[in-house]
Amino acid sequence: MTTQLVDDATPAPPRSARPDTSRRRRRTARTAKYLLLLVFLMGVMIPAYVLFVTSFKSLGEATPTRAWALPTEWYTGGWERAWDALSPALGRTFALVIPSSIVSAVLGSMNGFVLARWRFPYADLVFTLMLFGMFIPYQAVMIPLVELMQGLNVPSGIPSLFVLHVVFGLPICTLIFRNYYASVPEDMIEASRVDGAGMLRTYASIVLPLSAPGFVVVLIWQFTSAWNDFLFAIFFSNAQNGPVTISLNFLASGQLQDYSASMAGALIASFPTLIVYIVLGRWFIGGLMSGSVKS
Amino acid sequence: MRNKLHRWGPPILLIAPSAVLIGVFVYGLIGVNFNTSLTDNIRGQTTGYVGLENYTTLFSDDTFMYSLRNLAIYTLAFLAGTLFFGFLWAWLLERGVRGEGIFRTVYLFPMAVSFVASGVVWRWLLNSNTGDSASGLNRGLDMIGLGFLQNSWWTDETWGIFAIAVPAIWQLSGYIMALFLAGFRGIPEELREAARMDGASEWKLYRHVIFPQLSPVALSAIIIIGHMSLKVFDLIMAIAGQTNYTTQVPATQMWIAFTRGEYSVAAAIGTIMLLVVAVMIVPYLVHNYRAERNR
Repeated sequence: MTTQLVDDATPAPPRSARPDTSRRRRRTARTAKYLLLLVFLMGVMIPAYVLFVTSFKSLGEATPTRAWALPTEWYTGGWERAWDALSPALGRTFALVIPSSIVSAVLGSMNGFVLARWRFPYADLVFTLMLFGMFIPYQAVMIPLVELMQGLNVPSGIPSLFVLHVVFGLPICTLIFRNYYASVPEDMIEASRVDGAGMLRTYASIVLPLSAPGFVVVLIWQFTSAWNDFLFAIFFSNAQNGPVTISLNFLASGQLQDYSASMAGALIASFPTLIVYIVLGRWFIGGLMSGSVKS
Repeated sequence: MRNKLHRWGPPILLIAPSAVLIGVFVYGLIGVNFNTSLTDNIRGQTTGYVGLENYTTLFSDDTFMYSLRNLAIYTLAFLAGTLFFGFLWAWLLERGVRGEGIFRTVYLFPMAVSFVASGVVWRWLLNSNTGDSASGLNRGLDMIGLGFLQNSWWTDETWGIFAIAVPAIWQLSGYIMALFLAGFRGIPEELREAARMDGASEWKLYRHVIFPQLSPVALSAIIIIGHMSLKVFDLIMAIAGQTNYTTQVPATQMWIAFTRGEYSVAAAIGTIMLLVVAVMIVPYLVHNYRAERNR
Protein backbone atom coordinates (compact mmCIF):
# COMPACT_ATOMS: atom_id res chain seq x y z
CA MET A 1 0.00 0.00 0.00
CA THR A 2 2.71 2.42 0.97
CA THR A 3 4.89 0.96 -1.71
CA GLN A 4 3.84 3.31 -4.47
CA LEU A 5 5.58 6.24 -2.90
CA VAL A 6 9.03 4.89 -3.48
CA ASP A 7 8.19 3.04 -6.66
CA ASP A 8 7.84 6.03 -8.92
CA ALA A 9 11.16 5.89 -10.64
CA THR A 10 11.64 2.14 -10.92
CA PRO A 11 10.77 0.17 -14.00
CA ALA A 12 7.08 -0.60 -14.00
CA PRO A 13 6.27 -3.73 -12.01
CA PRO A 14 4.21 -6.44 -13.64
CA ARG A 15 0.76 -5.12 -14.42
CA SER A 16 -1.66 -5.80 -11.65
CA ALA A 17 -5.13 -7.14 -12.28
CA ARG A 18 -6.69 -3.69 -12.04
CA PRO A 19 -4.32 -1.21 -13.64
CA ASP A 20 -6.76 1.68 -13.22
CA THR A 21 -6.88 1.68 -9.43
CA SER A 22 -3.16 1.14 -9.25
CA ARG A 23 -2.44 4.10 -11.49
CA ARG A 24 -4.84 6.32 -9.61
CA ARG A 25 -3.33 5.30 -6.33
CA ARG A 26 0.12 6.10 -7.63
CA ARG A 27 -1.00 9.51 -8.76
CA THR A 28 -2.50 10.23 -5.32
CA ALA A 29 0.72 9.14 -3.66
CA ARG A 30 2.77 11.40 -5.87
CA THR A 31 0.50 14.36 -5.19
CA ALA A 32 0.76 13.68 -1.48
CA LYS A 33 4.53 13.55 -1.73
CA TYR A 34 4.80 16.92 -3.47
CA LEU A 35 2.29 18.45 -1.07
CA LEU A 36 4.30 17.26 1.91
CA LEU A 37 7.55 18.53 0.40
CA LEU A 38 5.94 21.93 -0.23
CA VAL A 39 4.54 22.17 3.29
CA PHE A 40 7.97 21.44 4.74
CA LEU A 41 9.54 23.92 2.34
CA MET A 42 7.24 26.66 3.58
CA GLY A 43 7.80 25.64 7.19
CA VAL A 44 11.56 25.92 6.79
CA MET A 45 11.19 29.32 5.14
CA ILE A 46 9.05 30.85 7.92
CA PRO A 47 12.00 32.29 9.87
CA ALA A 48 13.47 33.71 6.65
CA TYR A 49 10.15 35.43 5.89
CA VAL A 50 9.96 36.88 9.39
CA LEU A 51 13.54 38.16 9.23
CA PHE A 52 12.99 39.83 5.91
CA VAL A 53 9.61 41.38 6.66
CA THR A 54 10.39 42.56 10.17
CA SER A 55 13.69 44.12 9.12
CA PHE A 56 11.73 46.60 7.00
CA LYS A 57 9.19 47.59 9.65
CA SER A 58 9.40 50.86 11.52
CA LEU A 59 9.33 50.76 15.30
CA GLY A 60 5.71 51.92 15.29
CA GLU A 61 4.68 49.04 13.10
CA ALA A 62 6.29 46.33 15.19
CA THR A 63 3.01 45.68 16.98
CA PRO A 64 1.69 42.18 17.73
CA THR A 65 -1.41 42.62 15.56
CA ARG A 66 0.68 43.22 12.46
CA ALA A 67 3.29 40.64 13.41
CA TRP A 68 2.95 38.48 10.31
CA ALA A 69 1.84 41.13 7.84
CA LEU A 70 3.95 42.82 5.21
CA PRO A 71 5.13 46.30 6.16
CA THR A 72 2.73 49.04 5.11
CA GLU A 73 5.72 51.11 4.09
CA TRP A 74 9.17 49.69 3.51
CA TYR A 75 11.27 51.43 6.11
CA THR A 76 15.07 51.13 5.93
CA GLY A 77 15.96 52.73 9.27
CA GLY A 78 16.51 49.29 10.84
CA TRP A 79 18.99 48.36 8.13
CA GLU A 80 20.87 51.64 8.66
CA ARG A 81 21.10 51.14 12.42
CA ALA A 82 22.19 47.53 11.91
CA TRP A 83 24.83 48.51 9.40
CA ASP A 84 26.23 51.17 11.74
CA ALA A 85 26.40 48.64 14.55
CA LEU A 86 27.91 45.78 12.55
CA SER A 87 30.08 47.19 9.78
CA PRO A 88 33.29 47.56 11.85
CA ALA A 89 32.87 44.00 13.10
CA LEU A 90 32.29 42.71 9.57
CA GLY A 91 35.71 43.93 8.49
CA ARG A 92 37.33 42.37 11.55
CA THR A 93 35.57 39.07 10.91
CA PHE A 94 36.87 38.87 7.35
CA ALA A 95 40.36 39.73 8.59
CA LEU A 96 40.07 36.87 11.09
CA VAL A 97 38.32 34.20 9.10
CA ILE A 98 40.16 34.28 5.78
CA PRO A 99 43.74 33.95 7.07
CA SER A 100 42.85 31.44 9.76
CA SER A 101 41.02 29.23 7.25
CA ILE A 102 43.98 29.30 4.88
CA VAL A 103 46.52 28.43 7.56
CA SER A 104 44.54 25.52 8.96
CA ALA A 105 43.78 24.26 5.44
CA VAL A 106 47.49 24.19 4.55
CA LEU A 107 48.40 22.38 7.76
CA GLY A 108 45.45 20.04 7.32
CA SER A 109 46.56 19.20 3.81
CA MET A 110 50.03 18.20 4.99
CA ASN A 111 48.61 16.09 7.81
CA GLY A 112 46.03 14.50 5.57
CA PHE A 113 48.67 13.53 3.01
CA VAL A 114 50.95 11.94 5.57
CA LEU A 115 48.13 10.11 7.35
CA ALA A 116 46.56 8.79 4.18
CA ARG A 117 49.45 8.17 1.83
CA TRP A 118 52.86 8.36 3.53
CA ARG A 119 52.13 6.53 6.67
CA PHE A 120 54.46 5.95 9.59
CA PRO A 121 54.15 3.59 12.57
CA TYR A 122 51.15 4.48 14.77
CA ALA A 123 49.74 6.83 12.13
CA ASP A 124 46.22 5.62 12.88
CA LEU A 125 46.68 6.22 16.58
CA VAL A 126 47.93 9.76 15.94
CA PHE A 127 44.98 10.36 13.65
CA THR A 128 42.46 9.11 16.21
CA LEU A 129 44.03 11.25 18.94
CA MET A 130 43.84 14.30 16.67
CA LEU A 131 40.25 13.56 15.79
CA PHE A 132 39.24 13.60 19.43
CA GLY A 133 40.07 17.32 19.43
CA MET A 134 37.18 17.88 17.05
CA PHE A 135 34.58 16.53 19.45
CA ILE A 136 35.63 17.97 22.80
CA PRO A 137 33.49 20.68 24.34
CA TYR A 138 35.86 23.65 24.31
CA GLN A 139 34.66 24.52 27.80
CA ALA A 140 36.94 21.69 28.95
CA VAL A 141 40.01 23.74 27.97
CA MET A 142 38.63 27.26 28.21
CA ILE A 143 39.88 28.38 31.61
CA PRO A 144 43.53 27.38 31.05
CA LEU A 145 43.22 28.73 27.51
CA VAL A 146 42.25 32.15 28.85
CA GLU A 147 45.18 32.04 31.26
CA LEU A 148 47.57 30.80 28.56
CA MET A 149 46.65 33.52 26.08
CA GLN A 150 47.03 36.14 28.81
CA GLY A 151 50.34 34.60 29.86
CA LEU A 152 51.63 34.67 26.28
CA ASN A 153 50.39 38.26 25.94
CA VAL A 154 48.33 37.49 22.88
CA PRO A 155 46.00 40.49 22.56
CA SER A 156 42.31 39.74 23.05
CA GLY A 157 40.09 40.04 19.99
CA ILE A 158 41.18 39.02 16.52
CA PRO A 159 44.78 37.87 17.30
CA SER A 160 43.62 35.45 20.02
CA LEU A 161 40.77 34.18 17.92
CA PHE A 162 43.10 33.63 14.96
CA VAL A 163 45.28 31.29 17.01
CA LEU A 164 42.28 29.42 18.37
CA HIS A 165 40.55 28.93 15.04
CA VAL A 166 43.75 27.64 13.47
CA VAL A 167 44.49 25.20 16.27
CA PHE A 168 41.00 23.89 16.85
CA GLY A 169 40.32 23.76 13.11
CA LEU A 170 43.20 21.34 12.58
CA PRO A 171 41.32 18.10 13.41
CA ILE A 172 38.50 18.64 10.93
CA CYS A 173 40.84 19.90 8.20
CA THR A 174 43.07 16.87 8.70
CA LEU A 175 40.06 14.56 8.57
CA ILE A 176 38.68 16.04 5.37
CA PHE A 177 42.06 15.97 3.60
CA ARG A 178 42.81 12.48 4.81
CA ASN A 179 39.56 11.19 3.37
CA TYR A 180 40.16 13.17 0.22
CA TYR A 181 43.71 11.88 -0.33
CA ALA A 182 42.62 8.34 0.37
CA SER A 183 40.90 8.60 -3.02
CA VAL A 184 44.13 9.54 -4.83
CA PRO A 185 45.26 6.32 -6.55
CA GLU A 186 47.99 4.55 -4.62
CA ASP A 187 49.79 3.77 -7.92
CA MET A 188 50.53 7.43 -8.58
CA ILE A 189 52.24 7.78 -5.23
CA GLU A 190 54.07 4.48 -5.68
CA ALA A 191 55.27 5.43 -9.15
CA SER A 192 56.69 8.63 -7.78
CA ARG A 193 58.38 6.71 -4.97
CA VAL A 194 59.89 4.24 -7.40
CA ASP A 195 61.24 7.13 -9.43
CA GLY A 196 63.14 8.08 -6.32
CA ALA A 197 61.15 11.14 -5.36
CA GLY A 198 61.16 11.95 -1.69
CA MET A 199 58.09 12.70 0.34
CA LEU A 200 58.13 16.45 -0.17
CA ARG A 201 58.67 16.06 -3.91
CA THR A 202 55.77 13.64 -4.13
CA TYR A 203 53.57 15.93 -2.09
CA ALA A 204 54.46 19.03 -4.06
CA SER A 205 54.44 17.59 -7.57
CA ILE A 206 51.81 14.82 -7.41
CA VAL A 207 49.45 15.47 -4.54
CA LEU A 208 49.17 19.25 -4.29
CA PRO A 209 48.14 19.75 -7.93
CA LEU A 210 45.24 17.36 -7.31
CA SER A 211 44.18 19.09 -4.12
CA ALA A 212 42.06 21.99 -5.38
CA PRO A 213 38.68 20.36 -4.66
CA GLY A 214 39.88 19.34 -1.20
CA PHE A 215 40.97 22.89 -0.49
CA VAL A 216 37.64 24.30 -1.64
CA VAL A 217 35.76 21.98 0.72
CA VAL A 218 38.05 22.69 3.67
CA LEU A 219 38.11 26.45 3.11
CA ILE A 220 34.32 26.63 2.90
CA TRP A 221 33.98 24.55 6.02
CA GLN A 222 36.49 26.58 8.00
CA PHE A 223 35.15 29.88 6.71
CA THR A 224 31.63 28.98 7.77
CA SER A 225 32.46 27.60 11.17
CA ALA A 226 34.86 30.40 12.10
CA TRP A 227 32.41 33.03 10.81
CA ASN A 228 29.60 31.55 12.88
CA ASP A 229 31.65 30.95 16.02
CA PHE A 230 30.29 32.51 19.16
CA LEU A 231 31.83 30.49 22.00
CA PHE A 232 35.48 31.45 21.51
CA ALA A 233 34.40 34.94 20.53
CA ILE A 234 32.57 35.58 23.80
CA PHE A 235 35.52 34.40 25.89
CA PHE A 236 38.21 36.16 23.90
CA SER A 237 36.72 39.39 22.57
CA ASN A 238 34.10 42.06 23.13
CA ALA A 239 31.85 44.23 20.99
CA GLN A 240 34.72 46.68 20.37
CA ASN A 241 37.29 44.20 19.06
CA GLY A 242 35.35 41.02 18.31
CA PRO A 243 33.74 39.35 15.30
CA VAL A 244 30.27 39.97 13.97
CA THR A 245 28.49 37.33 16.08
CA ILE A 246 29.40 39.27 19.22
CA SER A 247 28.24 42.59 17.78
CA LEU A 248 25.02 41.01 16.59
CA ASN A 249 24.33 39.48 19.97
CA PHE A 250 25.04 42.86 21.56
CA LEU A 251 22.70 44.60 19.12
CA ALA A 252 19.91 42.05 19.58
CA SER A 253 20.01 41.75 23.34
CA GLY A 254 19.74 45.44 24.11
CA GLN A 255 17.19 46.57 26.69
CA LEU A 256 15.10 48.27 24.05
CA GLN A 257 14.02 45.52 21.67
CA ASP A 258 14.80 47.06 18.30
CA TYR A 259 13.46 44.20 16.21
CA SER A 260 13.90 45.82 12.81
CA ALA A 261 17.58 46.54 13.48
CA SER A 262 18.32 43.14 15.01
CA MET A 263 16.60 41.25 12.19
CA ALA A 264 18.39 43.34 9.58
CA GLY A 265 21.58 42.68 11.54
CA ALA A 266 20.96 38.92 11.52
CA LEU A 267 20.58 39.08 7.75
CA ILE A 268 23.74 41.18 7.33
CA ALA A 269 25.73 38.83 9.56
CA SER A 270 24.50 35.77 7.67
CA PHE A 271 25.02 37.22 4.23
CA PRO A 272 28.60 36.04 3.58
CA THR A 273 27.99 32.44 4.62
CA LEU A 274 24.71 32.32 2.71
CA ILE A 275 26.44 33.57 -0.43
CA VAL A 276 29.09 30.89 -0.02
CA TYR A 277 26.37 28.31 0.48
CA ILE A 278 24.41 29.37 -2.59
CA VAL A 279 27.38 29.82 -4.93
CA LEU A 280 29.48 26.88 -3.77
CA GLY A 281 26.68 24.67 -2.48
CA ARG A 282 28.01 21.48 -4.03
CA TRP A 283 31.28 21.73 -2.12
CA PHE A 284 29.52 22.87 1.01
CA ILE A 285 27.66 19.58 1.04
CA GLY A 286 30.93 17.79 0.32
CA GLY A 287 32.32 19.32 3.50
CA LEU A 288 29.30 18.25 5.50
CA MET A 289 29.78 14.70 4.27
CA SER A 290 33.46 14.58 5.15
CA GLY A 291 32.58 16.04 8.51
CA SER A 292 30.78 12.82 9.31
CA VAL A 293 34.03 10.93 10.01
CA LYS A 294 33.27 7.87 7.93
CA SER A 295 35.48 7.80 4.87
CA MET B 1 68.28 2.69 12.43
CA ARG B 2 69.43 5.32 9.93
CA ASN B 3 67.26 3.69 7.33
CA LYS B 4 64.24 3.95 9.59
CA LEU B 5 64.96 7.57 10.32
CA HIS B 6 65.32 8.22 6.64
CA ARG B 7 62.00 6.54 5.97
CA TRP B 8 59.81 7.79 8.81
CA GLY B 9 61.57 11.07 9.60
CA PRO B 10 60.03 13.26 6.90
CA PRO B 11 56.36 12.31 7.44
CA ILE B 12 56.73 12.69 11.19
CA LEU B 13 58.37 16.09 10.73
CA LEU B 14 55.59 17.20 8.41
CA ILE B 15 52.88 16.32 10.89
CA ALA B 16 54.82 17.45 13.96
CA PRO B 17 53.62 21.08 14.11
CA SER B 18 49.96 20.05 14.15
CA ALA B 19 50.57 17.14 16.48
CA VAL B 20 52.36 19.39 18.97
CA LEU B 21 49.66 22.08 18.76
CA ILE B 22 46.88 19.57 19.35
CA GLY B 23 48.91 17.85 22.04
CA VAL B 24 49.31 21.10 23.93
CA PHE B 25 45.98 22.80 23.25
CA VAL B 26 43.79 19.73 23.61
CA TYR B 27 45.45 17.17 25.85
CA GLY B 28 47.72 19.50 27.79
CA LEU B 29 44.99 21.99 28.56
CA ILE B 30 42.49 19.25 29.47
CA GLY B 31 45.02 18.22 32.11
CA VAL B 32 45.59 21.77 33.34
CA ASN B 33 41.85 22.33 33.41
CA PHE B 34 41.29 19.27 35.54
CA ASN B 35 44.04 20.44 37.84
CA THR B 36 42.43 23.88 38.11
CA SER B 37 39.11 22.25 38.98
CA LEU B 38 40.75 20.75 42.08
CA THR B 39 41.77 24.16 43.41
CA ASP B 40 40.00 27.25 44.71
CA ASN B 41 41.10 29.36 41.75
CA ILE B 42 39.43 32.80 41.66
CA ARG B 43 40.40 34.86 38.60
CA GLY B 44 43.75 33.10 38.35
CA GLN B 45 44.59 33.46 42.06
CA THR B 46 44.68 30.27 44.08
CA THR B 47 45.56 29.35 47.64
CA GLY B 48 45.77 25.61 47.06
CA TYR B 49 43.99 22.35 46.41
CA VAL B 50 40.50 21.62 47.72
CA GLY B 51 40.15 18.08 46.38
CA LEU B 52 36.85 17.27 44.74
CA GLU B 53 34.99 19.97 46.63
CA ASN B 54 34.03 21.89 43.47
CA TYR B 55 32.46 18.74 42.08
CA THR B 56 30.55 17.82 45.22
CA THR B 57 29.28 21.40 45.49
CA LEU B 58 28.08 21.27 41.87
CA PHE B 59 26.33 17.94 42.27
CA SER B 60 24.48 19.17 45.33
CA ASP B 61 23.53 22.43 43.64
CA ASP B 62 19.91 22.41 42.49
CA THR B 63 20.47 24.78 39.59
CA PHE B 64 23.35 22.72 38.23
CA MET B 65 21.38 19.50 38.53
CA TYR B 66 18.48 21.21 36.78
CA SER B 67 20.88 22.25 34.00
CA LEU B 68 21.97 18.62 33.55
CA ARG B 69 18.34 17.53 33.38
CA ASN B 70 17.67 20.22 30.77
CA LEU B 71 20.66 19.03 28.77
CA ALA B 72 19.37 15.45 28.73
CA ILE B 73 15.89 16.50 27.60
CA TYR B 74 17.28 18.86 24.99
CA THR B 75 19.57 16.16 23.58
CA LEU B 76 16.76 13.63 23.29
CA ALA B 77 14.45 16.14 21.60
CA PHE B 78 17.17 17.39 19.26
CA LEU B 79 18.15 13.84 18.24
CA ALA B 80 14.58 12.66 17.75
CA GLY B 81 13.60 15.75 15.78
CA THR B 82 16.57 15.89 13.43
CA LEU B 83 16.54 12.13 12.77
CA PHE B 84 12.79 12.21 12.10
CA PHE B 85 12.81 15.15 9.69
CA GLY B 86 16.17 14.27 8.19
CA PHE B 87 15.07 10.75 7.37
CA LEU B 88 11.61 11.79 6.19
CA TRP B 89 12.97 14.43 3.81
CA ALA B 90 15.63 12.09 2.44
CA TRP B 91 13.02 9.36 1.98
CA LEU B 92 10.69 11.74 0.15
CA LEU B 93 13.50 12.96 -2.08
CA GLU B 94 15.48 9.80 -2.71
CA ARG B 95 13.63 8.61 -5.84
CA GLY B 96 13.73 11.37 -8.44
CA VAL B 97 11.58 14.31 -7.46
CA ARG B 98 11.15 17.17 -9.86
CA GLY B 99 12.87 20.22 -8.41
CA GLU B 100 14.88 18.10 -5.99
CA GLY B 101 17.69 20.63 -6.02
CA ILE B 102 15.39 23.40 -4.81
CA PHE B 103 13.95 21.35 -1.97
CA ARG B 104 17.41 20.19 -0.91
CA THR B 105 18.85 23.69 -1.01
CA VAL B 106 16.03 25.15 1.07
CA TYR B 107 16.00 22.33 3.61
CA LEU B 108 19.74 22.66 4.09
CA PHE B 109 20.18 26.44 4.08
CA PRO B 110 19.62 27.01 7.85
CA MET B 111 22.83 25.07 8.38
CA ALA B 112 24.82 27.94 6.85
CA VAL B 113 23.46 30.46 9.35
CA SER B 114 24.96 31.00 12.80
CA PHE B 115 23.00 30.08 15.91
CA VAL B 116 23.34 33.69 17.01
CA ALA B 117 21.66 35.00 13.86
CA SER B 118 18.91 32.40 13.90
CA GLY B 119 18.48 33.04 17.61
CA VAL B 120 17.45 36.62 16.77
CA VAL B 121 14.45 35.50 14.77
CA TRP B 122 13.59 32.54 16.98
CA ARG B 123 13.47 34.79 20.00
CA TRP B 124 10.76 36.72 18.19
CA LEU B 125 9.00 33.54 17.00
CA LEU B 126 9.07 31.94 20.45
CA ASN B 127 7.67 35.02 22.17
CA SER B 128 5.79 33.79 25.22
CA ASN B 129 2.99 36.37 25.22
CA THR B 130 -0.45 34.91 24.59
CA GLY B 131 -3.90 36.28 23.83
CA ASP B 132 -4.10 39.84 22.53
CA SER B 133 -0.47 40.67 23.08
CA ALA B 134 0.71 37.46 21.37
CA SER B 135 3.21 37.82 18.59
CA GLY B 136 5.49 35.37 16.85
CA LEU B 137 4.39 31.75 16.60
CA ASN B 138 1.65 32.23 19.21
CA ARG B 139 0.05 34.92 17.04
CA GLY B 140 0.55 32.77 13.93
CA LEU B 141 -1.12 29.77 15.57
CA ASP B 142 -4.05 31.96 16.53
CA MET B 143 -4.38 33.24 12.96
CA ILE B 144 -4.65 29.75 11.48
CA GLY B 145 -7.19 28.63 14.08
CA LEU B 146 -4.80 26.69 16.26
CA GLY B 147 -4.92 29.19 19.11
CA PHE B 148 -5.23 26.39 21.67
CA LEU B 149 -1.62 25.45 20.87
CA GLN B 150 -0.36 28.79 22.17
CA ASN B 151 2.07 28.27 24.97
CA SER B 152 4.74 29.97 26.99
CA TRP B 153 7.61 28.32 25.03
CA TRP B 154 11.01 28.57 26.68
CA THR B 155 9.76 30.33 29.81
CA ASP B 156 8.12 27.17 31.16
CA GLU B 157 10.11 25.61 33.99
CA THR B 158 9.33 22.00 33.13
CA TRP B 159 9.14 21.97 29.34
CA GLY B 160 10.87 25.21 28.39
CA ILE B 161 14.00 23.50 27.17
CA PHE B 162 11.97 21.76 24.45
CA ALA B 163 11.37 25.16 22.89
CA ILE B 164 15.13 25.62 22.44
CA ALA B 165 15.24 22.30 20.58
CA VAL B 166 12.80 23.66 17.98
CA PRO B 167 15.25 26.08 16.32
CA ALA B 168 18.04 23.53 16.70
CA ILE B 169 15.98 20.96 14.82
CA TRP B 170 15.10 23.56 12.20
CA GLN B 171 18.77 24.26 11.72
CA LEU B 172 20.25 20.74 11.57
CA SER B 173 17.54 18.54 10.01
CA GLY B 174 18.77 19.44 6.54
CA TYR B 175 22.24 18.18 7.41
CA ILE B 176 20.84 14.84 8.52
CA MET B 177 18.77 14.74 5.35
CA ALA B 178 21.94 15.21 3.29
CA LEU B 179 23.60 12.34 5.17
CA PHE B 180 20.65 10.00 4.67
CA LEU B 181 20.28 11.02 1.05
CA ALA B 182 23.91 10.06 0.43
CA GLY B 183 23.22 6.82 2.30
CA PHE B 184 20.18 6.01 0.15
CA ARG B 185 22.12 6.72 -3.01
CA GLY B 186 24.93 4.46 -1.86
CA ILE B 187 22.66 1.42 -1.84
CA PRO B 188 23.31 -0.52 -5.03
CA GLU B 189 20.22 -0.78 -7.21
CA GLU B 190 20.92 -4.52 -7.73
CA LEU B 191 20.36 -5.10 -4.04
CA ARG B 192 16.83 -3.73 -4.23
CA GLU B 193 16.18 -5.58 -7.45
CA ALA B 194 17.40 -8.85 -6.00
CA ALA B 195 15.13 -8.44 -2.99
CA ARG B 196 12.16 -7.68 -5.23
CA MET B 197 12.94 -10.72 -7.40
CA ASP B 198 12.81 -12.83 -4.29
CA GLY B 199 9.33 -11.47 -3.78
CA ALA B 200 10.13 -9.37 -0.73
CA SER B 201 7.36 -6.96 0.20
CA GLU B 202 8.26 -3.29 0.35
CA TRP B 203 8.34 -3.40 4.14
CA LYS B 204 10.65 -6.42 4.13
CA LEU B 205 12.87 -4.67 1.59
CA TYR B 206 13.28 -1.80 4.06
CA ARG B 207 13.60 -4.04 7.06
CA HIS B 208 16.25 -6.37 5.63
CA VAL B 209 18.02 -4.37 2.93
CA ILE B 210 17.66 -0.61 3.25
CA PHE B 211 17.73 -0.03 7.02
CA PRO B 212 20.84 -2.20 7.55
CA GLN B 213 22.57 -0.30 4.74
CA LEU B 214 21.64 3.01 6.34
CA SER B 215 22.69 2.15 9.87
CA PRO B 216 26.26 3.53 9.57
CA VAL B 217 24.75 6.82 8.39
CA ALA B 218 22.35 6.81 11.30
CA LEU B 219 25.25 6.21 13.69
CA SER B 220 27.20 9.14 12.20
CA ALA B 221 24.10 11.30 12.49
CA ILE B 222 23.63 10.40 16.13
CA ILE B 223 27.28 11.13 16.93
CA ILE B 224 27.22 14.49 15.13
CA ILE B 225 23.94 15.71 16.58
CA GLY B 226 24.70 14.20 19.99
CA HIS B 227 28.02 15.94 20.44
CA MET B 228 26.67 19.25 19.14
CA SER B 229 23.74 18.97 21.45
CA LEU B 230 25.84 18.44 24.54
CA LYS B 231 27.62 21.72 23.80
CA VAL B 232 24.50 23.85 23.27
CA PHE B 233 25.29 27.45 24.22
CA ASP B 234 24.97 29.98 21.38
CA LEU B 235 21.28 29.39 20.80
CA ILE B 236 20.38 29.78 24.45
CA MET B 237 22.45 32.94 24.80
CA ALA B 238 20.73 34.41 21.74
CA ILE B 239 17.18 33.39 22.59
CA ALA B 240 16.89 33.45 26.36
CA GLY B 241 20.11 35.06 27.60
CA GLN B 242 22.53 33.77 30.19
CA THR B 243 20.51 34.60 33.30
CA ASN B 244 17.24 32.93 32.35
CA TYR B 245 16.64 30.02 34.72
CA THR B 246 14.39 27.79 32.61
CA THR B 247 16.99 27.34 29.88
CA GLN B 248 20.08 26.70 32.00
CA VAL B 249 22.47 24.05 30.66
CA PRO B 250 26.03 23.24 31.83
CA ALA B 251 27.54 25.52 29.17
CA THR B 252 25.61 28.56 30.42
CA GLN B 253 26.44 27.63 34.02
CA MET B 254 30.09 27.49 33.03
CA TRP B 255 29.93 30.92 31.41
CA ILE B 256 28.21 32.39 34.49
CA ALA B 257 30.88 30.90 36.77
CA PHE B 258 33.56 32.35 34.52
CA THR B 259 32.08 35.85 34.52
CA ARG B 260 31.86 35.69 38.31
CA GLY B 261 35.56 34.87 38.38
CA GLU B 262 35.01 31.42 39.84
CA TYR B 263 37.58 29.81 37.55
CA SER B 264 37.85 26.56 39.48
CA VAL B 265 34.07 25.99 39.35
CA ALA B 266 34.02 26.84 35.66
CA ALA B 267 36.88 24.37 35.11
CA ALA B 268 34.96 21.67 37.00
CA ILE B 269 31.90 22.21 34.79
CA GLY B 270 34.15 21.99 31.73
CA THR B 271 35.53 18.67 32.93
CA ILE B 272 32.03 17.32 33.56
CA MET B 273 30.99 18.36 30.06
CA LEU B 274 34.05 16.61 28.65
CA LEU B 275 33.20 13.40 30.48
CA VAL B 276 29.63 13.47 29.19
CA VAL B 277 30.84 13.90 25.61
CA ALA B 278 33.62 11.33 26.03
CA VAL B 279 31.19 8.62 27.13
CA MET B 280 29.68 8.92 23.69
CA ILE B 281 32.67 9.78 21.49
CA VAL B 282 35.44 7.56 22.81
CA PRO B 283 33.72 4.23 22.01
CA TYR B 284 32.96 5.59 18.56
CA LEU B 285 36.57 6.65 17.94
CA VAL B 286 37.89 3.34 19.29
CA HIS B 287 35.50 1.49 17.01
CA ASN B 288 36.67 3.52 13.99
CA TYR B 289 40.30 3.07 14.95
CA ARG B 290 39.92 -0.73 15.12
CA ALA B 291 38.07 -0.82 11.80
CA GLU B 292 40.83 1.28 10.27
CA ARG B 293 43.61 -1.00 11.53
CA ASN B 294 41.91 -4.14 10.31
CA ARG B 295 41.63 -2.79 6.80
